[in-house]
Amino acid sequence: MLKISKKSKIKPRRLKLTLMALPFVIFIFLFCYVPLMGWALAFFDYRPGLAFSRLKFVGFKYFELLGYYGDDILNALVNTLGLSGLSMLTSLIPPLFAILLTEVRCTRLKKGIQTMITLPHFVSWIIVSALCFSLFSTNGMVNQLLHSLGYAGKPVNVLGNADTAWTFMTALDIWKEVGWNSIVYLAAIAGIDEELHDAARVDGASRFQRICHITVPGLTPTFIVLLLLKVGNLLSVGFEKYIVFNNSLMASRLEVLDVYTYRIGIGTQDYSFAIAVSILKSVVSIILLFAVNSLARRTRGESII
Amino acid sequence: MRRKKIHVSRKERVFDVLNVVLLCLFTLVCIYPFYYMLCYAFSDSTMANKGITLYPRGFTLHNFVEVFRLKSLPRAFLISVFRTFAGCAVTLACCSFFAYIVSKKEMYFRKLIYRFTIITMYVSGGLIPTYLVFRAYGLRNTLWVYILPGAVNAYYVILMKTFMEQMPDSLEEAATIDGAGIVTCFLRVVLPLSKPILATIAVFSMVGQWNSWFDAHIYMTRPQYYPLQYVLYNFLQEAQRAAAAMQESGEASGLAITPNSVRMTITAISTLPILFVYPFMQRYFVKGIMIGAVKG
Repeated sequence: MLKISKKSKIKPRRLKLTLMALPFVIFIFLFCYVPLMGWALAFFDYRPGLAFSRLKFVGFKYFELLGYYGDDILNALVNTLGLSGLSMLTSLIPPLFAILLTEVRCTRLKKGIQTMITLPHFVSWIIVSALCFSLFSTNGMVNQLLHSLGYAGKPVNVLGNADTAWTFMTALDIWKEVGWNSIVYLAAIAGIDEELHDAARVDGASRFQRICHITVPGLTPTFIVLLLLKVGNLLSVGFEKYIVFNNSLMASRLEVLDVYTYRIGIGTQDYSFAIAVSILKSVVSIILLFAVNSLARRTRGESII
Repeated sequence: MRRKKIHVSRKERVFDVLNVVLLCLFTLVCIYPFYYMLCYAFSDSTMANKGITLYPRGFTLHNFVEVFRLKSLPRAFLISVFRTFAGCAVTLACCSFFAYIVSKKEMYFRKLIYRFTIITMYVSGGLIPTYLVFRAYGLRNTLWVYILPGAVNAYYVILMKTFMEQMPDSLEEAATIDGAGIVTCFLRVVLPLSKPILATIAVFSMVGQWNSWFDAHIYMTRPQYYPLQYVLYNFLQEAQRAAAAMQESGEASGLAITPNSVRMTITAISTLPILFVYPFMQRYFVKGIMIGAVKG
């Protein structure tokens, strides 16, 4: 009753609220939706500075060009999938880490370790690359150390070696993100009912048995959701790190789809073609996301997005 | 938590030791590069060139003095500081007010507006269209490009809206009876009570602003607007090219310290604010990811 009378009384207030939201709506439209309309440019011969009405409609010309540049795109696709696959394999590490960390008995030590391993998450990839450069370049700290230890071979060069590029980037990713990614799992472990452990202890379960039969099953749902999200983002493996670490020696292995789009679009100013590539990428991503979501709904009974 | 009296078998003790050793080793790997960077930045340039491992050689602040003599650096530092604080302030102001409005159930078209906002989290124009549109808006070579695109962030809006919805309605009702309008209610009642979530989002937004450089990379053609991170990026690019050609060149060579010291010192300058702030802010970070995990 109260609600109804309120509703009819303060109508101007309702309208006022909508009006107050209007600037934000316009803002979001300008900054998020107008770029979305930019997708249409893939079907035009876009020239900078030309009015939209004067652009020439070319239909699927740029999508047909994809075949023409097939080798480059295929390479970018292979790199993207490869790096994605590696990152999925290594997504086992954060939960493992969380388990090990909860098994540390000294609370202070636990907190300290957690604080310190989360730190790299908060620095930019540029700083990471600066650190790597000073440590791993041919006259960097690691090589100096190896040299003074009597290693006389060729200097180790991971920053310019295409063969180890994937491994190196994956290792860096682990270094930077393990602490951060394990926070969710730490919380999941903290959320496991302590009574389960007590009951298992009474039944004579050892620590390892309790980890295997209580902690691991407790983490599995979280792990699966995050893994599924990762599958949905299969084609987005991160962008800045590959720009930062890209050099002529590693380019063939580190040029992922996003970097390719960037190179074609901003670099050579082939805007329409770059947009066509990114449209295809988005379409595949959306299909993947829905596929994964329906898979999750069918197996877990709830969707993830 | 765990009872100390329970018998600890030998196997378990071995596991405990190995576990701690392993974790400590990894922690060391995480921390050492930062330690090395600080050692290098505080070392005498020529001595550092011979190699540093565990401690600074010839402790000095000279590098920092020298680096700030670079024309680009003091300016870049100020730009970074500016974008960190201005960007954070604008984001907080916009997101919190918008979230407050959207949290009001009696608003017309509320659901529609909320969905309109949420969709932007999942679908985005992508790099090139965004670039072209922002260029058409005339955002290139202005400081606005650092601040405006992040002003209304759908994720932050969700977080704040959820937080505000948990507040008891009676507080605002009391204020309304006393004659407070929408804006007064927001400023005087809701905002002061939202401090925890504001702090969390402020920390995230500030770290993001301080660390970002890619916007400068594509939208800025004039070096006077480069933030610190991007200046560092340019030095690194230069260094890589120089290393390939086996000679060092560019702006860095005009100084009395080695290019490597220049780079390490700039890296230290861009990392130190985070290192300082980080221990105090960590609980906010953790809180932030927890809210995100529950909601997302």
